[in-house]
Amino acid sequence: MSTIQEKKADVKKKVQLSRSDKIYYAIVYALIIVLTLAVLYPLVYVVSASFSSGRAVSSGKVVLFPVEPSIYGYQRVLEYTSIWIGYRNTIFYTVVGTIINIVVTLMCAYALSRKGLRGRGFFTFMFTFTMIFSGGMIPSYILMRNLKILNTVWAMLLPGALSVYNMVVTRTFLQSNIPDDLLEAAKIDGCSDIQFFFKIVLPLSKAIIAVISLYYAVGHWNAYFNAFLYLNDKKLYPLQIFLRQVLVLGDVDTEMVDEEILLQMQNLRDVLKYAIIVVSTAPLMCAYPFVQKYFVKGVMIGSLKG
Amino acid sequence: MSKSGQYLRKLQRDVCRDWQMYLFLLVPLAYIIVFAYVPMAGVQIAFKKYTARAGIWGSAWVGMKNFTKFFQSYQFERVLKNTLSLSVYSIVATFPLPIIFALMMNSINNERFKRISQTIVTMPHFISIVVLVGMMFQIFNARTGLYGSLVLQLTGTFPDDLFAKEESFQQFYVWSGAWQGFGWGAIVYIAALSSVSPSLHEAAQIDGASRFQRVLHIDLPSIIPTMTIMFILRMGSVMSIGFEKVYLMQNNLNLAVSEVISTYVYKVGFGAGGVTDFSYSTAIGLFNSLINMILIVSVNAIAGRVGETSLW
Repeated sequence: MSTIQEKKADVKKKVQLSRSDKIYYAIVYALIIVLTLAVLYPLVYVVSASFSSGRAVSSGKVVLFPVEPSIYGYQRVLEYTSIWIGYRNTIFYTVVGTIINIVVTLMCAYALSRKGLRGRGFFTFMFTFTMIFSGGMIPSYILMRNLKILNTVWAMLLPGALSVYNMVVTRTFLQSNIPDDLLEAAKIDGCSDIQFFFKIVLPLSKAIIAVISLYYAVGHWNAYFNAFLYLNDKKLYPLQIFLRQVLVLGDVDTEMVDEEILLQMQNLRDVLKYAIIVVSTAPLMCAYPFVQKYFVKGVMIGSLKG
Repeated sequence: MSKSGQYLRKLQRDVCRDWQMYLFLLVPLAYIIVFAYVPMAGVQIAFKKYTARAGIWGSAWVGMKNFTKFFQSYQFERVLKNTLSLSVYSIVATFPLPIIFALMMNSINNERFKRISQTIVTMPHFISIVVLVGMMFQIFNARTGLYGSLVLQLTGTFPDDLFAKEESFQQFYVWSGAWQGFGWGAIVYIAALSSVSPSLHEAAQIDGASRFQRVLHIDLPSIIPTMTIMFILRMGSVMSIGFEKVYLMQNNLNLAVSEVISTYVYKVGFGAGGVTDFSYSTAIGLFNSLINMILIVSVNAIAGRVGETSLW
């Protein structure tokens, strides 16, 4: 509604836009355009480079659009089996991990949102305290070893089963969106807490479930620390671990191209790397504009004081 | 009936009434106890000489030995200095950016333009740290990257390898973070700005305030509570400079400036040099967490007293 009012004000202003305001708007528009392009350019460059020939990329001919267009990089990525193992694992960790996250987060957030619950303050403190203090890397590692889940899929799914931050966001949402009267009315009608949760709370929480699912899913997709610390079986590696090997450590697996060709086509490595960046990041980037409003909503709920 | 008896009966009644809620809490509580509180209890090995056979509880106590060893080692000053300077530089450089961007976005009226711009600037938030670092390495490669070939075309020679220079590590770390994060960081401020009452602006306009004056005197003060909260959260992470990005960007040539506490904890614990010392590593990590906790609690207290905004 503020925008309508501002628009009205704007119409008024257009007649009498002062000189200093004109300069202000010119500067603001220019700065926003510059910042937006500064963000956009590297992204465009990576995509263009991935569709160019190796020679054109490493000789600096690619500046904005693909030069000597080719899909060589993508053909090589297709043959790169490790990447696809990683892809498959990451999809598995993302889907199963997010489901676990949602179940645990909702149960916890709903219980802690109930006003009359005895010990609520104490339990809330138990959860939030872990946000400011943690045992650290080694004690966690020893725990994982003692639980015997090192080097299993559980090492990827269990340690992050609940993000306290997301739980607090969800609790804030539930507190302000599930009226107390509703619970009382349902109780009078003989509804149990569990029935109330499934029949009333869940349908009213679709928005927050969408928001935190997206948060968790992006987290799983991009996570590499737990895998780095807790896994050493190549078959279990998520995508990000393979990406690190290729992009950061620079060992392009020789399984994909034989040594000789690799030497001949040194610069094709770069195209391959750009193609890998695109293949691994595109799913999130392409989905983002469609679900943008949920992310924005999440930030807004999160900014409310819980 | 005595008062405490009454209280107990009431308690019993409430707990029985809400038993299903406690059932709900069971799994999350079990999770947090196992995966957060058990490692916290494991922190005791910082004061012990941990051996795998004796385990956490059975290892022998050594008092503060691990801590004094750390404070006296030549690494102490180095990792502490690197951690602090990297995070302070990071905060100073990147904290104002989302605020300025949000103020600018809020002051213009072209909705379409705003939406497109906002979608673009928030996109890098979804790039993983591995890919971000990989992109930097590719684009700024002195031979085959865009940077190398542009300098070649302009000056006729290849530039020096930027990643081999100590001083460029911090710049890359901080500015890649700024590139990735400012658009996302602006969302919360844009949301806060949208609740500023338009009547304030109208009144100021009647009094002849320019747009820029209105930004400074109406918009900016209205988001100070949000800024405070964001600042407290940011301060909480001063000492916990993320392991992931620093570790990925480290190489032997920039180690003198890029070794921070978290990467050092990892190396001591998992033996970069073939030696692993779980107790020593845990001691360093505990030192880090404690400072962190003190920082966040005190910044919160100061903010609560000065600006009446605090986290709790």
